[in-house]
Amino acid sequence: MIRFLFKGLLRDKNRSMLPVIVVTAGVALTVLMHCYFTGIMRDTIEFTAKYSSGHVKIMTRAYAENKNQVPNDLALLGVSELISNLQNDYPKMEFVQRINFGGLLDSPDENGETKKQGVVSGMAVDLLSEDTKEIERLNLEGALRKGRFPKKPDEVLISDEFAAKLEVGPGDQVTLITSTMYGGMSIQNFTVSGTIEFGVQFMDRSGMIADITGIQSALDMYDACGEILGFLDSPNYNDLAAMKVENDFNDKYSNPDDEFSPVMSRLKNESMMAGYFEFVDSFVGIIIGVFILAMSIVLWNTGLIGGLRRYGEIGVRLAIGENKGHIYRSMIYEAILIGLVGSFFGTLIGLGFSYWLQEAGINIGNMMKSSKMMMPSIFRANITTPAYYLGFIPGLFSVVLGTMLSGIGIYRRKTAQLFKELET
Amino acid sequence: MKRLVIILFLIPTIVRAEEPTGKEILERIDKNLAAKSTITTSKMIIHGARQTRTIEAKTWGIGDEKAFTEYLAPAREKGTKMLKLEDKLWIYSPGSDRTIQISGHMLRQSLMGSDLSYEDMMDNAKMLENYDAGVIGSEVIQGRDCWIVELQAKTAQVNYQIRKLWVDKDRFIPLKEELYAKSGKLLKRMELFDIIKIDSRWYPKKIVFKDMLKTGDGTEFIIDDIEFDQQIPEYIFTKASLKK
Repeated sequence: MIRFLFKGLLRDKNRSMLPVIVVTAGVALTVLMHCYFTGIMRDTIEFTAKYSSGHVKIMTRAYAENKNQVPNDLALLGVSELISNLQNDYPKMEFVQRINFGGLLDSPDENGETKKQGVVSGMAVDLLSEDTKEIERLNLEGALRKGRFPKKPDEVLISDEFAAKLEVGPGDQVTLITSTMYGGMSIQNFTVSGTIEFGVQFMDRSGMIADITGIQSALDMYDACGEILGFLDSPNYNDLAAMKVENDFNDKYSNPDDEFSPVMSRLKNESMMAGYFEFVDSFVGIIIGVFILAMSIVLWNTGLIGGLRRYGEIGVRLAIGENKGHIYRSMIYEAILIGLVGSFFGTLIGLGFSYWLQEAGINIGNMMKSSKMMMPSIFRANITTPAYYLGFIPGLFSVVLGTMLSGIGIYRRKTAQLFKELET
Repeated sequence: MKRLVIILFLIPTIVRAEEPTGKEILERIDKNLAAKSTITTSKMIIHGARQTRTIEAKTWGIGDEKAFTEYLAPAREKGTKMLKLEDKLWIYSPGSDRTIQISGHMLRQSLMGSDLSYEDMMDNAKMLENYDAGVIGSEVIQGRDCWIVELQAKTAQVNYQIRKLWVDKDRFIPLKEELYAKSGKLLKRMELFDIIKIDSRWYPKKIVFKDMLKTGDGTEFIIDDIEFDQQIPEYIFTKASLKK
């Protein structure tokens, strides 16, 4: 029966070609949309993890309560020992020290007095260790515009835009004015080794990247850091694994009665990210749901049109004595075949485009020029397991549903009127 | 009886006549504290969230407009100098050998990690020019009878929109001051202790500042030595003297 119907569809292109094309196009779009939205959300999460939150983040309890103010006076102490313990406890994870700091960056004139000055938003990371992955993690290689990477603790990278504002370039001296961990004033000279472009407007306005040892010295933070970021041994964030580490660490190391005891927070629990994860869960679901619904209506319509176009054919089949139920069932089987074939090709095409978007990505840097949010400027698609079957929902069910609805008309047709209809 | 009734009616008028106005109290405070010049050796004990630090400094000042401070201890701050000329502030750091002008949002930062900001240090505006003063009551502070004077800002350009002072009724020196935001939120508290008479002035030996938005137990400012109306060479108040 299936073979018979399949042959019919192949030989009579008038009744199969258009429905298959529409189903293929709709399914391809559904798969592509799903992969692209999933990719955007994944990229944003990973970008946040790499730049600010890690998959897990360790701070003191007091720092965590005021983390928006970046209170380095409440930083973690005895960091070397803590990281050594962490590496023993979670050998597959990687832990890195970070210090975020703010202040003024001042460029001197020939007399050593202020030439230009600007508010700086700095991040200290491990740039000088031989085995550091921070340069790769923060994509600094690709971001370097002029000069080179720091080779000494008193060398820094500043954003290209900020360097132009301060009228400095590689080899020039700048002075950082900020507060030490103990609140004292810190005025420290650094040499600009290179300039970078973060691709994020917020960072490009006033960003500075320094080696952690140079900033620890400037901020009087010996063996101290604001945050320790932990990265799981997987390319993408895994909330279940992060939650396990978080619970385990807090049970072992955190003391609710001591405001300076360390506390771990996983990415999903970070203040802004909690809302983002909810947004991802609901928004992606809604967008994909709406798209599937829209495609279902289009494909349902295809099913209806298919049914109506074959009004005459069904009349003849009824006239020669074919059972109404048999005609109805055969139409549904045909719809299933069209849905399956269209969904298969649609999924293939959708996955093909998604793969291309996964590799090449779309650069939205120009659209982000006035953005204050830390977001990646290139968004890529992400092919997930649901992408392989998601397209079959609108592709198969809508065509079948459309055919089922239009086919009801078969039962309303009266044999007495058939010949009249056929004569006209 | 008729006389008694008249006297009873007059008593509040007499008492009111003796009560100075807010403006008069501020003028008396200025008269007591203001000096042509001061040379002060002081200690700032900063009780931070984690540790207590002591910073020693010597300050030369002329009126409220000019001040030059040299930090003497601890080692990390030693040699740091600050010059204030009216509403401008420069800092010299020997480590970086740079003279830097502090401006903009940096003025709101804590002064050496204390409960005072650079802006507080720069505050040389005459209170009567910027605030409407009124006496709102009396209270005993440190065993002394005090007027409570409330100052409401006339302009939005001041650091604190509302200030409350508890002023010693006999010595005309504030024993406590509270600084509020426009919303009424208490931002800072200042208490003055160990009031001694130096020449003709009543002066505090110790002032305790508390930034209510900051962790820690406040900052003690202890005056070890103060000299009034001394001759101070004008070259001290120049940027060149910062590097000397």
